[in-house]
Amino acid sequence: MATVLLDTQSAKTRPVRPRVALFVTCLVDLMRPSIGFAAVKLLEDAGCVVEVPSQTCCGQPAFNSGDRATATAIAARTIDAFAGYDYVVAPSGSCAGMIKAHYPELFAGDPNLARKADALAQRTWELTSFLVDVMGVTAVAAKVEATATYHDSCSGLRELGVKRQPRQLLASVEGLTLTEMNENEVCCGFGGTFSVKYGEISDSIVGKKTGNVAASGAHMLLAGDLGCLMNMAGKLSREGKAVEVRHVAEVLAGMTDEPPIGVARQPAA
Amino acid sequence: MTAHVTSPQFKQNATKALADDQLQKAMSNVRQGFIDKRAAVAAKLPEFEALRDSARDIKNHALQNLDLYLERWEEKVTAAGGQVHWARTADEACGAVLDICRRVGAKTVTKGKSMISEEIALNAALETAGITPVETDLGEYIIQLRGELPSHIIAPAVHLNATQVESDFRRVHTHLDPQRDLSQPVQLLTEARGVLRDKFLSADVGITGANFLIAETGTSVIVTNEGNGDLTQILPRIHIVIASIEKVVPTLEDVSQILRVLARSATGQEMSVYTTFSTGPRRPGDPDGPEEYHVIVLDNGRSAMLGTAFQDMLRCIRCGACMNHCPVYHAVGGHAYGWVYPGPMGAVLSPSLIGVDKAGHLPNASTFCGRCESVCPVRIPLPKMMRHWREREFERHLSPATVRSGIAFWGFFAKRPALYRLATRAAMGALAWFGRRKGAFKSLPLAGCWTQYRDFPAPQGGTFQAQWKAKRGGR
Amino acid sequence: MSARDEILGTIRRSLGVTGTERPRHSAVDERLAAAPKGLVPERGNLSGEALIDLFKAQAAATLATLEEVDGLDRVPEAVADYLRRGNLPARARIGDGLASLPWGATALEVTTGASDGRDLVAVNRAFGGVAETGTLALVSGPDSPTTLNFLPDYAVAVLKRSEITGDYETLWARLRERFGKGVMPRTVNWVTGPSRSGDIEQTILLGAHGPRSVHIIVVND
Repeated sequence: MATVLLDTQSAKTRPVRPRVALFVTCLVDLMRPSIGFAAVKLLEDAGCVVEVPSQTCCGQPAFNSGDRATATAIAARTIDAFAGYDYVVAPSGSCAGMIKAHYPELFAGDPNLARKADALAQRTWELTSFLVDVMGVTAVAAKVEATATYHDSCSGLRELGVKRQPRQLLASVEGLTLTEMNENEVCCGFGGTFSVKYGEISDSIVGKKTGNVAASGAHMLLAGDLGCLMNMAGKLSREGKAVEVRHVAEVLAGMTDEPPIGVARQPAA
Repeated sequence: MTAHVTSPQFKQNATKALADDQLQKAMSNVRQGFIDKRAAVAAKLPEFEALRDSARDIKNHALQNLDLYLERWEEKVTAAGGQVHWARTADEACGAVLDICRRVGAKTVTKGKSMISEEIALNAALETAGITPVETDLGEYIIQLRGELPSHIIAPAVHLNATQVESDFRRVHTHLDPQRDLSQPVQLLTEARGVLRDKFLSADVGITGANFLIAETGTSVIVTNEGNGDLTQILPRIHIVIASIEKVVPTLEDVSQILRVLARSATGQEMSVYTTFSTGPRRPGDPDGPEEYHVIVLDNGRSAMLGTAFQDMLRCIRCGACMNHCPVYHAVGGHAYGWVYPGPMGAVLSPSLIGVDKAGHLPNASTFCGRCESVCPVRIPLPKMMRHWREREFERHLSPATVRSGIAFWGFFAKRPALYRLATRAAMGALAWFGRRKGAFKSLPLAGCWTQYRDFPAPQGGTFQAQWKAKRGGR
Repeated sequence: MSARDEILGTIRRSLGVTGTERPRHSAVDERLAAAPKGLVPERGNLSGEALIDLFKAQAAATLATLEEVDGLDRVPEAVADYLRRGNLPARARIGDGLASLPWGATALEVTTGASDGRDLVAVNRAFGGVAETGTLALVSGPDSPTTLNFLPDYAVAVLKRSEITGDYETLWARLRERFGKGVMPRTVNWVTGPSRSGDIEQTILLGAHGPRSVHIIVVND
């Protein structure tokens, strides 16, 4: 086994081979399944037993659009779907943040569901922070020759404190150099439905981001949320900037055979 | 009277702002200056985060007992020889100011920077009454010359560059020698200082805002860097303070706690240059100071925010950190928000004050990146409150039909996993097939709002859940 | 109904209170009486030379200048030197609280009373200094006109070493000792460096409306 384990505080209280439900998130499910398989590999390498219960969406689009009834209905389904696992892990700070930070708030008026929502919130993690903070992973066995820069997606950074964990793991990837861009903690302008409701403003924000990416000199852009990645990849592609865009899990798992986000599998005819 | 509202045209305002090169250049200063300075000064004070908690708790306590603290404060003002005027609305507040000005036959009033004055459109009221208001904060003076609203609550002219200011000065200051060099900010400042010095000395009434009212002592507090607020209030015979009800805090100690986070959050200074505590009019034997001290205390919808999901917004101490750190504010500037309060705090406060039917765009025009909340000195959960506004809009069917039907469509499948798997597998399969050659779409039916600006990356094809089932069976 | 009663009425309705609850009244009155300090930063928790050093360093960081003299009698001479160093005319407006100092021993022409805006230099007696941010505190009164702190281009403040406190809370304690609990002089001015503005392109410029220079004379007593 290639993964190095560290005996951290949380490692003491967790099962030796925890049963982990992968919350793959709807975007990864639909757009880029390879991120899901990368997440599975990382979790299994870390000693987890991974399962994928039948699932849809965390309900965030409805929640953030003010449709509390729909959000609550979807959240209630998700709570049921992920009951009974030691942990629930998502390759997304945004979706994990929805469950961790907002589900308890959604059910605050319903003591029975609130208890379940709290329980799920406590067991739910974003992928890289789960690997580092719960499983005690300090290094991965991947090899990727690249100079990469890392964008801190907002929900992961500010709701869950995901910052050092992906960097710590990336530092162990053989051949990878991480070069930080300016304003790496500033939003990419995605914001879910914001990106289409206020497309022009979203475009201005992502334009500053791609400018910072380009100025960093990196030729690979990584982040932990596919929504942000699709936004930034779409802008880089429109600007004709040749930067390879990938989810951090793909690199950590050494699974970079799939073409990067927004690039065709077979060469254009 | 209320300042002209263009918030319903937020999108058009934003389009104009994004195409304005001068504005975009000016906004890049905000992206750099304020943020780095705040971070540096916060890092120098180990207790900074704990002081934010303390400031939040003080404001919460004051709001929970607002009726009692206002009464205690009023008693103290009166005991010190000052007069309190209560105003339910903007019109009543303007009326109270005009009454005082008319009684003393005021021709000219100087003004320190006050967002409440902008909120009630006091300058227009004064002008209509034949009284000349002179803004004395440098930024406010500049925008007064231009007939604009402030674009930032602590840096009113942050949307302008020096060359624009120069041309305004040349247009209005007709005494100016055309040969005189005004190309540098320092030369512009010297010019404004000279012009305004005469105004300070000749004004009949001075009007300031208040950052705080102190219940313990009946004191009003202003925080400035230029000293204009002080010259405004010590030179004329009459000093009028206009303040909103939520400014009251209990004690001198409480105000000191909050002052420790105010300037640090706002400009990145440890303390603003001038913090002035004013209590009543000139005392017997005092060689200077105003003979009358009035406070106009304004409600204008705030009392109705108490006890609601928006009560926390009344903690706001108007530092501007939320807008300094907001990517949307950086993109469009303050004027696009269409009223006096821009940025995240405006996106929450404006719907309360002018109605969500008018200001409905503002709480929607946010990515919920959360950076505003992460720097708010009194820890106002701004994204959460913007979401509350979205919920109100959704309940009242004010949200756009496209958003409503889109969410309903998505929600229908998200609540039905079997149907979801079937539909998404088919849809993604088709999308992947169309995108297989390019890897990304330059345009896409129904996604024009996206592909107008960015390519849309094609899906890999096949959903994760279907592939997982094929590879691993069942679980 | 008066505006006052209506506003207070709406506040009470919104908060779900009547305004007659005794526990609320006592909570408010107790807080006003006790004035709890809250969280006072460790930074100013110093005494002796360390406290003065912090005040000096923080004042310098605000771009104020500072010098020390031994005894109040040396102040006129220090002011004269300061003006000479700055190539300024030997003239100053002084607060009445400083009138008894030996100004006659210098070549300075001094006048007292409020400023009318034509004074280039003013010297005023400060009430205190706060080391945590290098802040001066000046209070209005017959001996210290407020105009002296704002109208001149050069403001000089005179402060005894023993009047420097570590934090704002200690300053308030001193003020209450002087004026009484719940009572304030007409104006308390905290001055933290010279006047400045960043309103044009965020370029920080000194001397926006108030003094472009603040000079602090600390008297060793």
